[in-house]
Amino acid sequence: MTLQGNAVCLGADIDTDVIIAGRYLRTKDRRIWADHVFEDLDPALAARMKGAVIIAGPNFGCGSSREQAPVALKEAGVVGVIAPSFARIFFRNAINVGLPLMECAEVRCRDAAPVSFSPEGGWVEVGGVRHTATPLSARMLDILRHGGLVEYWRRQQ
Amino acid sequence: MSTLSERILGAPAGSFVDRAVNRAFVHDGTGVLTLEAWRRMERERLACPERLSMLFDHITPANNSTTAALQAELRTFAAEQGLHFSDIGGGICHQLMSEGIVCPGEVVVGADSHSCTLGAFGAFATGVGATDMAAIWASGSTWFRVPETIAIHLEGQLRGAAEAKDIALDYVRRLGMDGGTYQALEFLGEGAGSLSMENRLTITNMAVETGAKTGLFYADAVTAYYLGEYGIRTLPQAVGEGRYARELTLDLDDLVPIIAAPHRVDKGAPVTEFEGVEIDQVFVGTCTNGRYEDLARFAGIVAGKKVAVRTIVVPASRSVLLKAAETGVLSTLIEAGCTVGPPGCGPCLGAHMGVLGEGEVGLSTANRNFRNRMGVGAEYYLCSPSTAAASALRGAIASPEGLA
Ligand code: SF4
Repeated sequence: MTLQGNAVCLGADIDTDVIIAGRYLRTKDRRIWADHVFEDLDPALAARMKGAVIIAGPNFGCGSSREQAPVALKEAGVVGVIAPSFARIFFRNAINVGLPLMECAEVRCRDAAPVSFSPEGGWVEVGGVRHTATPLSARMLDILRHGGLVEYWRRQQ
Repeated sequence: MSTLSERILGAPAGSFVDRAVNRAFVHDGTGVLTLEAWRRMERERLACPERLSMLFDHITPANNSTTAALQAELRTFAAEQGLHFSDIGGGICHQLMSEGIVCPGEVVVGADSHSCTLGAFGAFATGVGATDMAAIWASGSTWFRVPETIAIHLEGQLRGAAEAKDIALDYVRRLGMDGGTYQALEFLGEGAGSLSMENRLTITNMAVETGAKTGLFYADAVTAYYLGEYGIRTLPQAVGEGRYARELTLDLDDLVPIIAAPHRVDKGAPVTEFEGVEIDQVFVGTCTNGRYEDLARFAGIVAGKKVAVRTIVVPASRSVLLKAAETGVLSTLIEAGCTVGPPGCGPCLGAHMGVLGEGEVGLSTANRNFRNRMGVGAEYYLCSPSTAAASALRGAIASPEGLA
């Protein structure tokens, strides 16, 4: 799979409270999470998520185990997240809810530049410049292709 | 020899393994999403209800009718499926798991990031998200990547007013918020052996603040004695020379009380550097420092005096509260002017019971001081129970040196 979108640049150590604040968690309404994504970082960001590829600094998604974080991003229309490293629970959760993500040490973000990336090919292209990234494992790709662990698991039975 | 994680998971670092879990738990927050994912998986019965727990702690008692309805649904599910259930007022999931449930050598998974706390027993304990947990409900097992390990050698002994929380804030400060990502932390050395089980739980609790998958202490005589009180017999785990990705030594003899400044857990520095910073509220509790030892230490300092700012104390579990009531710690706290909340997470996650307002400054014994976590527009400092006590008496950040 090759995925495409427009870059939204974010910094390092973006925690899950910043992605979706605790005060919005007591609901099952995914739209609410999508509407308030990154609110405490910059309230204008939520509107830019449709078709976005987030390119962030190291340790994206640190903090709590809340799965609402990757769900909120996906629901808001984020195509994928690229960062040098992710917090491990966020990484697992993203795959499990069908949000593509990749580790790429060298990528430089240019806000709004076109981005494409290949989770199996192991590369990320920003504004026409290609960088090597860590490809996802066969199992992770399989889960992503099913749109997440629930569907994957149902097919396994 | 192997690291403790390698031994428990039975494979060298870097391998992917599927493992049955000995214990898996959710709380009222993550339980909601787990149940939703589980329903979408279209299963009828849990694979192993006897190994599963559901513990209400995050928003307890419920703060409004939406929360109450979500909790009612979980409660009904737990009764139908027959899993181990603890209702409001029972206590924080990690604390309850540490009260005679988790044993050395087990594989433990919680739908909460601080599940690494249980590594204090020499178990492999880590956090997962809701969908991973639903798959565990359905199958009783999950996959892991066996982590590399960072060895943290604790040399010497705690002295003066320094305590376990200061060890935690110190290693987080040294490793940084992503210094342990994907890895396990192992606490070794004579200093590790000298720490009580409660102290160890405080220390492993914060492993995830470095990004680590878990933090582990080797089970020893201290572990055996603690679990023995619950009628559980355990054997010590032999400490071997594992291959470590990195080694760090902390000299406990020189450790002083530490504070993590807003809004990063790794922004730690000696309390003395913040002396006099005015605060609006002190909060003592959470899965980091809501245990009996913590309450007792706090009470020892405020005994016979009055706190100068509003102070909220939330015991980590019902048995902690009960013990505090029996020993007089509870009345000391009340007489000193503290507000005591029901066992649970209290205001820790910013949902209710003591969240701060815009521009307010809080001092807390919790593990996270992320921006807006415990109230929008507020600032939080993290510290030990002793530092919290000294500061509560003064109404400003104060060193506990000489008081503890
Ligand atoms: S006390 Fe705080 S950190 Fe611990 S489980 Fe509860 S909300 Fe999480």
